[in-house]
Amino acid sequence: MNYMLEALVNAVKMIVGFNPELLSIVSVSLKVSFISTTLAAIVGVPLGFSIAIRDFWGKRGIIILLNTLLALPTVVVGLFIYSLISRSGPIGRIGLLYTPAAMVAGQFILALPIVTALTVSAIQGMDKRIRKTALTLGANNLQTVSILISERKFAIFSAIIAGFGRVFAEVGVSMMLGGNIKGYTRNITTAIAFEAGKGEFSLGLALGIILLSIALSINILVSYFQKKTV
Amino acid sequence: MNQKLRPIHCIIFIMLQVVINLFYVNLARAEQIRIRMATTTSTENSGLLNELFPPFEKMFSVKVDVIAVGTGKALKLGENGDVDVVFVHARKAEDNFVEEGFGVNRRDVMYNDFVIVGPEDDPAFIRGNDGVEALTKIFYNKSFFVSRGDESGTHKKEKELWKIKDIEPEGKWYLETGQGMGATLQLADEKQAYTLIDRGTYIAYKGKVNLVILCEGDKRLFNPYGIIAVNPKRHPHTNYIHAMALIGWVTSPEGQEIIGDFKKGGKVLFHPNAYE
Repeated sequence: MNYMLEALVNAVKMIVGFNPELLSIVSVSLKVSFISTTLAAIVGVPLGFSIAIRDFWGKRGIIILLNTLLALPTVVVGLFIYSLISRSGPIGRIGLLYTPAAMVAGQFILALPIVTALTVSAIQGMDKRIRKTALTLGANNLQTVSILISERKFAIFSAIIAGFGRVFAEVGVSMMLGGNIKGYTRNITTAIAFEAGKGEFSLGLALGIILLSIALSINILVSYFQKKTV
Repeated sequence: MNQKLRPIHCIIFIMLQVVINLFYVNLARAEQIRIRMATTTSTENSGLLNELFPPFEKMFSVKVDVIAVGTGKALKLGENGDVDVVFVHARKAEDNFVEEGFGVNRRDVMYNDFVIVGPEDDPAFIRGNDGVEALTKIFYNKSFFVSRGDESGTHKKEKELWKIKDIEPEGKWYLETGQGMGATLQLADEKQAYTLIDRGTYIAYKGKVNLVILCEGDKRLFNPYGIIAVNPKRHPHTNYIHAMALIGWVTSPEGQEIIGDFKKGGKVLFHPNAYE
């Protein structure tokens, strides 16, 4: 209970005081997660789209695989990429390990299955007649796709936000690939792990409160956008 | 139909803008000279590096990226060429590291000592100044003992001590955490167990745990820290020049003075010994 109160006070102090270290931590978190989610959206939405609207052999298998990948453990992704980009690994020459770019790569892999799988179910969940109607009314392929997107844009957007939520809150990839370097790759979650390791529980909890408030404000922003577009 | 699409286009546009800006920022940052140092959790957790490095960073306009892991992992990072310099505490492993050609120019930096901490009531009666005797008593009493279990400098020292009496620590009483020194100390505190810890970390955690020092002063508990540059012949991409500058700084009179003056709760954590 004591920790909790102290944490709240600390969180407020840090936010109000514009603690420069906190600013750097939060900006690393936001930057890395924004970039990785955006990349995952650029790849995942079209991918999910084409899986959903096409019929092909092995489609069920791919969807099962995608749903399995939703449970991808962060440390496995971290370890896999680590072994690739360490100096002794196959693409170690470019020196990616312990940079924000390495974190982006790991988080991209984490977010991709989420965005893709949720896009698939978003498109599959809609009325099949919409597509047929559009086609009979003489829409070309591109027009059909944009109709489908505009019909399901909220669901697709939720898919992207879900991906963001996953990478924003994960710690395994950030720790293994970023290395928790102060002012460079230290983000909110690795900072929490670090503070907890130092026994600074209230500071860690304060960071947790900040993480949740950021997630909350992003979701409020999104729901505001969604309302506006109805 | 096109009108309906607009908000989404807007959002995508904004996101792309953000991405482009961020990449620009990242590129701009990459121009700064950085050197990468792998060190142990004990030096990072103590807060010493926050005092020791800023003057150096200013003097040489470089940024020191600190990666805090156990000594075993730190040396591995050096071996693979993932860092430019290592700052660790496991003399034997350090000598091997240099002998095998992974590192060059090892220098002594500072030392402190290990202590064995445990619950106030000391169920295994280990109080005294003989570290090996203390561990033997813990073993025969089957009192809880928490080990780092992570090939860190502390873990290596612990294994060394068990080996003197040929004891194989195993069983329900022997808990391996695989975590850093701080987390391990906290676990020992929760379990009211014994553990081996460097004095610096213990002092840094004073007030946060109830465990007390029960065994100290044994020569075999000496804990020296060394700094080693990664061999540039083996890994030409490493920033050897600045790594050597950093080694020069921490072993310079100024750097040594900062180490000697660094205190927590009025107590000195590390004793500089580059000139001894």
